[in-house]
Amino acid sequence: MTVQPVILWTDALVFLLVALAVLFAWMARGREHLRAPWRYVARSRVGMASLVVLAVYMAIGLLDSLHYHPLLPKAGDNGHGPRHSAEIVSLFDAIVAPLRERSEKTYSAPLAWRLYAKESIERPDGTVYRDYPRLKYGGAHLKEPAREWGPDIRRRMALGLVKAAVIWAVVAASLALLLARRDGIPLSVMFGRLARGETAIPWRTVLATLGLVLAATLVVIELAAGYHVLGTDKVGEDVLYQALKSIRTGLVIGTLTTLVMLPAAILLGIMAGYFRGWVDDVIQYLYTTLSSVPGVLLIAAAILMLQVYMNNHQGAFNSLTERADLRLLFLCIILGITSWTSLCRYLRGEALKLREVDYVQAAVNFGVGHFTIIGRHILPNVLHIVLITVVLDFSGLVLAEAVLSYVNIGVDPSMNSWGNMINSARLEMARDPIVWWSLAAAMIFMFVLVLCANLFADVVRDAFDPRLRNSRD
Amino acid sequence: MSDILLRIENLKTWIGSGPRPVRAVDGVDLEIRRGETFALLGESGCGKSMTALSIMRLLPPAGRIVEGHVELDGVPLLDLPEVAMRQERGGRMGMIFQEPMTSLNPVLTIGQQIAEAVRVHEDPARRRTPEQRVLELLEAVGIPDPKRRVREYPHQLSGGMKQRVMIAIALAGRPELLIADEPTTALDVTIQAQVLDLMRDLQRERGMAILLITHDLGVVSETADRVAVMYAGQIVEIAPADTFFGAARHPYSRKLFESLPRAERRSARLNVIEGNVPPLDRDFTGCRFADRCDLAEPRCHEVSPEWTVLGEGEGVRCHLYAGGAGVTLFPRAAVEHPDRAVSQGGETLLETEQLKVHFPIHKGVFRRVVGHVRAVDGVSLAIPTGRTVALVGESGCGKTTVGKGILQLIRPTAGQVRFDGEELTRLTQRELRRRRRNMQIIFQDPMSSMNPRMLVGNIVEEGMQAQRMGDRAWRRRRVTELLEHVGIPAEARNRYPHEFSGGQRQRICVARALALEPKLIVCDEPTSALDVSVQAQILNLLQDLQAEFGLSYLFITHDISVVSYLAHEVAVMYLGRIVERGTVQEVLEDPLHPYTQALLSAVPTVDKGSKRKVIHLEGDMPSPANPPAGCHFHPRCPVAMETCRTAYPPERRIGGSRVVSCFRVTGETGSESGPAGSAPR
Repeated sequence: MTVQPVILWTDALVFLLVALAVLFAWMARGREHLRAPWRYVARSRVGMASLVVLAVYMAIGLLDSLHYHPLLPKAGDNGHGPRHSAEIVSLFDAIVAPLRERSEKTYSAPLAWRLYAKESIERPDGTVYRDYPRLKYGGAHLKEPAREWGPDIRRRMALGLVKAAVIWAVVAASLALLLARRDGIPLSVMFGRLARGETAIPWRTVLATLGLVLAATLVVIELAAGYHVLGTDKVGEDVLYQALKSIRTGLVIGTLTTLVMLPAAILLGIMAGYFRGWVDDVIQYLYTTLSSVPGVLLIAAAILMLQVYMNNHQGAFNSLTERADLRLLFLCIILGITSWTSLCRYLRGEALKLREVDYVQAAVNFGVGHFTIIGRHILPNVLHIVLITVVLDFSGLVLAEAVLSYVNIGVDPSMNSWGNMINSARLEMARDPIVWWSLAAAMIFMFVLVLCANLFADVVRDAFDPRLRNSRD
Repeated sequence: MSDILLRIENLKTWIGSGPRPVRAVDGVDLEIRRGETFALLGESGCGKSMTALSIMRLLPPAGRIVEGHVELDGVPLLDLPEVAMRQERGGRMGMIFQEPMTSLNPVLTIGQQIAEAVRVHEDPARRRTPEQRVLELLEAVGIPDPKRRVREYPHQLSGGMKQRVMIAIALAGRPELLIADEPTTALDVTIQAQVLDLMRDLQRERGMAILLITHDLGVVSETADRVAVMYAGQIVEIAPADTFFGAARHPYSRKLFESLPRAERRSARLNVIEGNVPPLDRDFTGCRFADRCDLAEPRCHEVSPEWTVLGEGEGVRCHLYAGGAGVTLFPRAAVEHPDRAVSQGGETLLETEQLKVHFPIHKGVFRRVVGHVRAVDGVSLAIPTGRTVALVGESGCGKTTVGKGILQLIRPTAGQVRFDGEELTRLTQRELRRRRRNMQIIFQDPMSSMNPRMLVGNIVEEGMQAQRMGDRAWRRRRVTELLEHVGIPAEARNRYPHEFSGGQRQRICVARALALEPKLIVCDEPTSALDVSVQAQILNLLQDLQAEFGLSYLFITHDISVVSYLAHEVAVMYLGRIVERGTVQEVLEDPLHPYTQALLSAVPTVDKGSKRKVIHLEGDMPSPANPPAGCHFHPRCPVAMETCRTAYPPERRIGGSRVVSCFRVTGETGSESGPAGSAPR
């Protein structure tokens, strides 16, 4: 055993969510009414393009959710066998270890080979002068950076593009081969169809998006080997690394919050609509009261209380990571509590409508029990609303995290998140010369995620909303 | 100025793109003369509405006119730019739609909505002051007290009034052609009679032509001068109304007539058109009707029949007439129903006594009960074993609520429901659950009566599962049996409801109800959402099942022709109460209550010979939240007396089986205490 895996709370829930998604997909396989809307999504060009980008984000997020205690170097061996560090890192950290470990002294601009501010440097002969010092890692391989920098960057970019093209070609060829074998047609015909975009699923769009993503990724990988692609922050940490680590935080907030709120929203919403009477009254009062409390205040109060609790019980946490993780989970829960009411209200309305529908009346007349009716007739017929709400809420929650962290009631300051990056960028923007890359990095990463999520949500809504179904074509 | 107002040539309208567009209208030719009423008749999905929308160029976004020529008084409509077309729409051509509820904007007063149309089409001098013209129009469509009504909102008007407002809007542009797309389908028969009358009067006064689109043969026979029958996107027959109703030519038209339920066909099975209208997204090689036609010959499946002209403005699309010689079509001999004639009523299976269902009206912050909607207000009924009792009435009279109250789907406020001698109203939900298998229900809308997310097999099995009948294997076998029994292939069990047509779905619903071996089935308008030919299939099925299993039916309907065909006994409901009940012969042939008389006279019939006098009822049914004092019917009753205003007439028994609630009718007073005086609580 070389590593000691650690399962944080959020990791467990993330994998539970993945398991649920897989289960749902397996169930949907045999049911036409569940498959048909997804087929519509799969045939939409916008949907598939955004799905490719979302898949990249999700892959990073999932890799970042496999945590373990790394092995300490042999030096610390004192007869107890291999020892593990108290630090918790993720598989993703291990993959991008160079990014994590190569920190500079302080700020440096993207792709720079020297620091952002002049410092006093002592020459070997003892004289002191002020200049931009060379970076420890960024551009360290350059002998004469002023002359070599430009060509080196260009060479690395070109190399990255070539590599991307090769990988892309391999992927495209294997896809064509697979499709050709499935349809039983010659490979050349399949290539023609792909090129003209004549396949049912828009593979051409998928491949084009994949090409863009691959090109960007490989260029960044090439550059990152020798430079800090998005610069470094105040303590010299690589901003690209921070932005990539923030992906998991954003995804966890966007998905786990939903997972937390769904059971309550679905159960209470349907019960209120189906049973009416005092059940309805109680549930309505509950969510009306909850939604009248200003959400931010509730979140602030809960998070601050949690912070006090954590400070008083330092011993309960093995590491900073665990502490930060628990705070993240708590943030999800409290966001969930403030956001379930709208879904609950939708579901109540829908259940009110459905309980009067003939097939529910027929079921009552067969003597079917209430909870069987809810499970068999009501729930399957409101699931599309749940799904639409979940995808639409996702991007809002990612943005909410950024806002909450900005006002310091979001995730733990030690945890990487776009909100924290923006928060720390607040002071940097006031500097002269201005340090813009932290903010820009956080913005770009968040923007791409939220844009793709929104585009995807639109497609999903079109596919699942029966009222919109007739108006497309 | 020619005699032809509208000429359509080879109109083709397709819906959707892609490899298989739906050819909703596939080569329609027709001419409409000035001042005539031209009826376009057909079942749903035949392209009638699409033809109208193509004329108006109001197609849905997915639809497009691919070919053809439409000429209104010499102006080619399809070539006009949109700006000019806007003048024609609502100008020389007006249109009214089926659903008056959704055709008016709920946040504008009807005065504003009519004024909007007036402003567009009035000459510039008078455009600024449309008020006068609005009042004229309201008066023209027979809305009483127009000065007050212009300031009212659509929700304050009844359905019939709204349809009148729609007509007023259509008249604002002084149209020469009025296109009426199922204008009375959503209305009750008494209101339908009013609206049809209005349209006839307006036509006479203004000399405008009407293109009437409908599926109702009765309406056509009441109003039309000429008839075109549409089938699967094509016109299959055009004839003057007299010829058409005397001797329809096309086999399809004949079948439509034969599938109409009527009293004289009581002992016979209805002649049905098998199958459904074919989907229109493919090429047809032969006649489109060939697969459902009794008279089909080999050539009908191979060669598309051409249009055969049979005279001035007459023609038919059928091979039988292609030779030019007249053809006599022999109607098939009526098939007797087995046991139908001998099925005599046994002992009483279900009995309700003074059944009342009141819904409380809540108001204010504390949701205080300020009144009750008396949906059902003292209904006494008896259903014998093996018989069909029809409950007839207009929408809103509470007939569906009676059905649900009997089934305890809505718990009654007061009164008794005895099933097989057992009182149901006092049972708890748990006790009821086991007894529910004896009483089943079939709903009106086959779309919404099955869960779209369940397989047909599971839908049929659901009741047996709930009642714990048999084990899984037994239930599966039984599902197969039941489906085959109602004429659905057994492999349908693994398909979803949306894959079936309306008639097939209704059959599945029947199978579902039968699964529990019930003694009574409440049929809540089971055929009113279906086309005539499909309706006949379902009615036959219900008759067969009754003969086979000795079922009792409570048949809730507004369709008198179905009642006369199917029912043994009839109860007529008005505003929550039964005003007259008796055997079907008694009530339908010699109605005693003035409401029954008016209701029966308003039903349009296809028999041109029997010109009956329509008794016109003024106004609409009052709200059940605030029924009139005395006899509920007196404000609309043509023979109301002073006593009618003060007291509710007691039930009078006439002969052995007949009960009428009217002061005008003399007979022995009912033994059970009638709701005389009905003190409001």
